[in-house]
Amino acid sequence: MGLAKRIIPCLDVDQGRVVKGVKFVDIKDAGNPVEVARRYDEEGADELTFLDITASHEGRETIVQVVEEVASEVFIPLTVGGGIREVADVRRMLNAGADKVAINTAAVFNPEFVAEAADRFGSQCIVVAIDAKRVSADKEPLRWEIFTHGGRKKTGIDAIEWAKKMVDFGAGEILLTSMDRDGTKQGFNLPLNRAVSESVSVPLIASGGVGNLQHLADGVLKGGADAVLAASIFHFAEYSVGEAKEFMAAQGIEVRL
Amino acid sequence: MSTIAVIDYGMGNLRSVSKALEHVSPNSKIIVTDNADAIRSADKIVFPGVGAMRDCMNELEKHNLSSLVKEIATDRPFLGICLGMQLLLDSSEENGGTAGLGILQGEVKQFPKPAPNSGIKIPHMGWNEVNQISTHPLWHNIPDKSRFYFVHSYYASPTNLTEVAARTNYSLDFSCALQHNSIFATQFHPEKSQLVGLQLLKNFTEWNGQA
Repeated sequence: MGLAKRIIPCLDVDQGRVVKGVKFVDIKDAGNPVEVARRYDEEGADELTFLDITASHEGRETIVQVVEEVASEVFIPLTVGGGIREVADVRRMLNAGADKVAINTAAVFNPEFVAEAADRFGSQCIVVAIDAKRVSADKEPLRWEIFTHGGRKKTGIDAIEWAKKMVDFGAGEILLTSMDRDGTKQGFNLPLNRAVSESVSVPLIASGGVGNLQHLADGVLKGGADAVLAASIFHFAEYSVGEAKEFMAAQGIEVRL
Repeated sequence: MSTIAVIDYGMGNLRSVSKALEHVSPNSKIIVTDNADAIRSADKIVFPGVGAMRDCMNELEKHNLSSLVKEIATDRPFLGICLGMQLLLDSSEENGGTAGLGILQGEVKQFPKPAPNSGIKIPHMGWNEVNQISTHPLWHNIPDKSRFYFVHSYYASPTNLTEVAARTNYSLDFSCALQHNSIFATQFHPEKSQLVGLQLLKNFTEWNGQA
């Protein structure tokens, strides 16, 4: 027995409220991040990720309060992403009780920021989030590039080379989202995950496309992921985290039960 | 009312550990401080730490806390967490060799570089089994082989094997908890290890410092 593969529910938070409709029958306020976090914790989530999608700068302060409240009640690792652009943002989130921050677009525009943050706070709290999309044509060898702004802006940067570079700069973990699969419920992009996992020395979190429990298991067994992140299958209570773990364990995957 | 001081020397997020202590011991007074008098007058000490060993040692020096930590570590219940455990040893391989506080004998070593496609990633990050090899009061009500949350790239290698309280396997077998008189120290993060972690912290708040 050894290190368990992790299941990480992801909560989208807009101005302090969980969005994308969480449907737990017995939660009074499904938009309350603390209640949702507590529920996932009880179900056995290994970590939680909060993605702040608040558009306005003023609204973004609300995520700090959310993290403070959740960190006072839920004692598992918390990651916060969205709008992390400078060292002061990292510090604010860590002081609020986050254990890690996910840096996405800011890393693309200023890779040195990743090095600076890792140097100041340690690689263990720096997750680099990569949104990748396939750019190769059907008969060509598979190739992916990173995209910013929610997958809308092409950068011309090769996803695998980028992942390696981010690890060299001090990323302690890579959160890899397939923009081809995100929201499709067709499962992770396994070749992409496998290619990145085999190219970097740090843990890989697979994200984007989970529609059922087999997808989670495949992310580990075929995609080489160290952790799997999913949003909608847990939010809509299609499956609990506990069911996901039992399913994965039955396929021989080591999980924390 | 007993007072627990969480030593704040500017390295990392101390909110989680103080909140977790408040959660398990509502009748204790939890203070997060770098004030020497406050630390010296506390009944119990928690010594956390994240980041790089050299930075931690530098910050301890800057806050004039190195000698204080040495002075109080063995005269009252003292819990080291993560870097707060590694710092107790003589030295670390990190940053090309860094001296520690030398309260416990031994050194801190880097995990070997994993072979490609071995499935081993560094940092060792996530929930791993903790094999208890002592019957220490801090293991009270915690089943052997419970999973705790780890995140580290270096591990403790104590000289005196009777000071090992638990071991974990990750590419190699390493000491993940140490004990020595009133010191208990963990590589893993009890404040992030859900129920078993809270139980360990609760045990600490109730511990009289006798192994």
